[in-house]
Amino acid sequence: MNIPKNLFYTKDHEWARIEGKTAYIGITDYAQHSLGDITFIELPKIGEELKQSGYCATVESVKAASEVYAPLSGKVLSVNTELAAHPELINQSAYEKGYFISLEISDVAEKTKLMDAASYERYVEGLTK
Amino acid sequence: MKLIFEKHREGRRGFSYGECDVASPKPLAEKYIRKNQAHLASLSELDVVRHFTNLSRFNYSVDTNFYPLGSCTMKYNPKFCEQITSLEGFSQLHPLLPQLSGGGMLAQGSLEVLYESEKLLCEITGMHAFTMQPMAGAHGELTGVMLIAAYHKNKGGRRKYIIVPDSSHGTNPSSAAIAGYEVIVIPTASDGYMDLVEYKKHLNNETAAVMLTCPDTLGIFNPHIKEIADLAHKVGALMYYDGANLNAMLGKCRPGDIGFDVVHLNLHKTFATPHGGGGPGAGPVGVNEKLIEFLPISRVVRRSDGTFALDYQKQKSIGYIAPFYGNFGVILKAYAYMLVLGKDGLISAAEIAVLNANYCLAKLKKYYDLPFDKTCMHECVFSAARQAKNGVHAIDIAKYLIDQGFHPPTIYFPLIIKEALMIEPTETESKETIDAFIKVMIEIARLAEEDPSAVTNAPLKMPIKRLDEVRAARQPDLSWKP
Amino acid sequence: MSYIPHTQEDIQEMLSAIGAKSIDELFKDIPASLAPKSFNLPASKSEFVVTQILRKLAAKNATGLVNFVGAGFYDHFIPASVDAIAGRSEFYTAYTPYQPECSQGWLQAIYEYQSIICQLTGLDVSNASLYDGGTALFEAMMMAVRATGRNKIILDSGVNLIYRTMLYTYTSNLSVEFVEIPVVHGQSSREELFKHLDDKCAAVILQNPNFFGAVDDHSDIVEKVHKSGALAIASVYPVSLGMLKTPGEMGFDIATGEGQSLGIPLSFGGPYLGFMAVKNELVRQMPGRIVGSTVDSDGKRGFVLTLQTREQHIRRQKATSNICSNEALCALRAAVFVSLLGKDGLKELAQHNYQKAEFAKEELSRIKGVEVKRSSPTFNEFTVLLPRHGDEVVHRMIEKGFACGFPLGRFYKGMDNYLLVAVTEKRTKEEICRLADSLEAVL
Repeated sequence: MNIPKNLFYTKDHEWARIEGKTAYIGITDYAQHSLGDITFIELPKIGEELKQSGYCATVESVKAASEVYAPLSGKVLSVNTELAAHPELINQSAYEKGYFISLEISDVAEKTKLMDAASYERYVEGLTK
Repeated sequence: MKLIFEKHREGRRGFSYGECDVASPKPLAEKYIRKNQAHLASLSELDVVRHFTNLSRFNYSVDTNFYPLGSCTMKYNPKFCEQITSLEGFSQLHPLLPQLSGGGMLAQGSLEVLYESEKLLCEITGMHAFTMQPMAGAHGELTGVMLIAAYHKNKGGRRKYIIVPDSSHGTNPSSAAIAGYEVIVIPTASDGYMDLVEYKKHLNNETAAVMLTCPDTLGIFNPHIKEIADLAHKVGALMYYDGANLNAMLGKCRPGDIGFDVVHLNLHKTFATPHGGGGPGAGPVGVNEKLIEFLPISRVVRRSDGTFALDYQKQKSIGYIAPFYGNFGVILKAYAYMLVLGKDGLISAAEIAVLNANYCLAKLKKYYDLPFDKTCMHECVFSAARQAKNGVHAIDIAKYLIDQGFHPPTIYFPLIIKEALMIEPTETESKETIDAFIKVMIEIARLAEEDPSAVTNAPLKMPIKRLDEVRAARQPDLSWKP
Repeated sequence: MSYIPHTQEDIQEMLSAIGAKSIDELFKDIPASLAPKSFNLPASKSEFVVTQILRKLAAKNATGLVNFVGAGFYDHFIPASVDAIAGRSEFYTAYTPYQPECSQGWLQAIYEYQSIICQLTGLDVSNASLYDGGTALFEAMMMAVRATGRNKIILDSGVNLIYRTMLYTYTSNLSVEFVEIPVVHGQSSREELFKHLDDKCAAVILQNPNFFGAVDDHSDIVEKVHKSGALAIASVYPVSLGMLKTPGEMGFDIATGEGQSLGIPLSFGGPYLGFMAVKNELVRQMPGRIVGSTVDSDGKRGFVLTLQTREQHIRRQKATSNICSNEALCALRAAVFVSLLGKDGLKELAQHNYQKAEFAKEELSRIKGVEVKRSSPTFNEFTVLLPRHGDEVVHRMIEKGFACGFPLGRFYKGMDNYLLVAVTEKRTKEEICRLADSLEAVL
């Protein structure tokens, strides 16, 4: 299971890459693996305000629809438009080409509520036992 | 097989109306006429009949295969029930006739069918009145929840929540949501029943209703059901019965007696009307006295002279759920079925349905994990967890069964059981048929140990193999394009 | 008679395999206190006896009347092949095609039905059907509410009152606001409609032909509706689409309607067939089942239920609708019906309906005191103003063997003397002439 060291993680298997005041957000390798082949993704609109742990997006596979929550609060700056035509990017490259959105972080202190790579790895190990 | 559009031959016609016997009038103005022609296939009658007849032969159906689809009650559909609906007296009647002055007298036969069906269903379920309007089970659920909302609104407070167990059918929470309620989900405890502690914690005077299936979706009768009902009533909540599993209860127990206030039935399950490949069905909703005044308009009443009429006076009614009186053609079949079975027939149906399911349970429990080792009712739920360890999942078992000529049981429902296999043989299946099914299930269990790929590669004998459902969802092709 | 094959021997063998002494033992989980308080049903009867009972009931229905009543549900001729195909038990005793490998018959038939609805309505995608035209209209309305995030609906009174009442019933627990455009005899009032069009509107709902039989071209309305950011929904009569401008051509986003006219008997109110077709961009908002084409592992074309993540069995409380089923068998009937007719047959059917209705209009307008309303063009249904109360005239005409029309006073205040008359291809010239003669005699 791929868990990049430079990212932050949530218990619902979202990741955040923080670059200054911007955060890129997506779902982890563990998440894309359990969902199976992703068929569709519903993303928020640019400008929308998201809250930490609040609803962010919906990811669909053939048999399931899962909600994705925002790891951090902020305003949506950009949306990965490639995903509309190529949802499989999430399966193939969950941390890079398959990112969902970028947002302008409204409260950097919220970072403390997230897990680092090591903690997330332990968490996932606990789940798969 | 080719699409019907791919068999098009310009100039062919399957059905013609001949010469019109009146003169040709001035046509409508150009702006009202369609310019883009419909690209529909031109075919001869034989082309059409051969096409659809050949299509029909690609289906598994009750009339051709054992169909133990849990929760669906795929029992045999008696042919004489089909025949009855073709009586012109029933099939040709325009639904608006009773709304003409004196028109009620034109539809006495059909009004009597509706009235008498209602009476029979009341006695079978222990309820006081039924609306026959809902056109499917899910539609009945929505109607039931709307009745509950009307009841509470009338008392002064809509209330906010509806409680459902996590084993419920997906239509339960979705119906509740459409009626404007928030859903609270109570987990199933380790004993296989809805967790009573959690239930009591969440039950309060903001609970509008509790929606339950009985026996539950694990095929088990919950011994605490009366207690659950009493607790709900204490806080002023109503009890809703999802009648999907009524086949196990006929003559043995009535939801009205347990304390359910609203009940929906599935005529296409318990009352043997055909599933039709996915419809039409009918989902009549029964209520006790608390809710009669909210039932949809109109209701069939019997006058003192014995004739039947439609009563449109309903101030507190929730309104029109259906355009008319319900799926009359379906209700008629169920009525015929109830008359033919009678009291003894309905009781036998429940008894043999339960016998057949317990027989499956007894014969298969050595080979498949049984989440709850209790006497089941009309259906039993296994888990393919053991087989999944070798890579053989419930879906693979389903595909292998198809190769052997059986329609698979329901898979992956209820959601609370991993790799669920829900088997409902129904009472109309013989011991030999069930034995043949059991034999294959045992073979699958063996193959899962010795040669898993024999199962995971299935189906191999059908006209097509496993379909790419991911592609169907990613690149939807939902209509033929000319 | 209970269709149970078990012999006593079978039952004993099965009980011993289970380890139970009697069938009663299998019901031991039901406490004695919950045994039925009563179960007074009549004893079982033979099929022969029940058939006799039901024949007698069928005979109590008056089907000998010559039918000129429409109002959304029409007496059309159903070719024999439709019954023959729908009567094949490989179709009607199957369940929903969730296991595609053993249901290609059903899946392909529904795909063909979906394609036919698209061709009829001129829109891009159809679902596998809904319960009826009224629930289909409700679902269309909710799609507009979800897609726009707004909750005001402009509803033309030319939409069948039965459907309007259903919309009010279904939305009684939801925060949807309706504005009804008052009745204008004939075509929709643009003036009234545009008055209410603003940025709070989710959708405008129109019917073509409308309840009075009036035919219209709504393209101008649709254009304005789109400018305000709302969706345009049309409830349409499928037989009329053999002649009339389609909702697709007018620019509507969603078309719904009652498919009963496509090979489904009147059957006293059901089962019927709700159809829905939408523009491509709305497909993921569409409720109900949808069949899609794909390939199997060998590359062969096959069909599956797709986009199921919208549905209740996956989304549960977040589903686009609670719809679990469609009206598959009725959709099959429609597919067979339209296939038999082909595009030329559909045109012919529409032409016959139009022609006979125009003839009826001529015959009826000859009657002194009867005024055939001509303020708008019509298809196969039109309104007639009588010199007396509609109820009374209808009653007298029933005695003469005619269901001569639907008295509008039942549905619209102040229209007691109006009659809605429908003429389908089944009405012969002779029947139409007799209708006129009898009406003249009654008046």
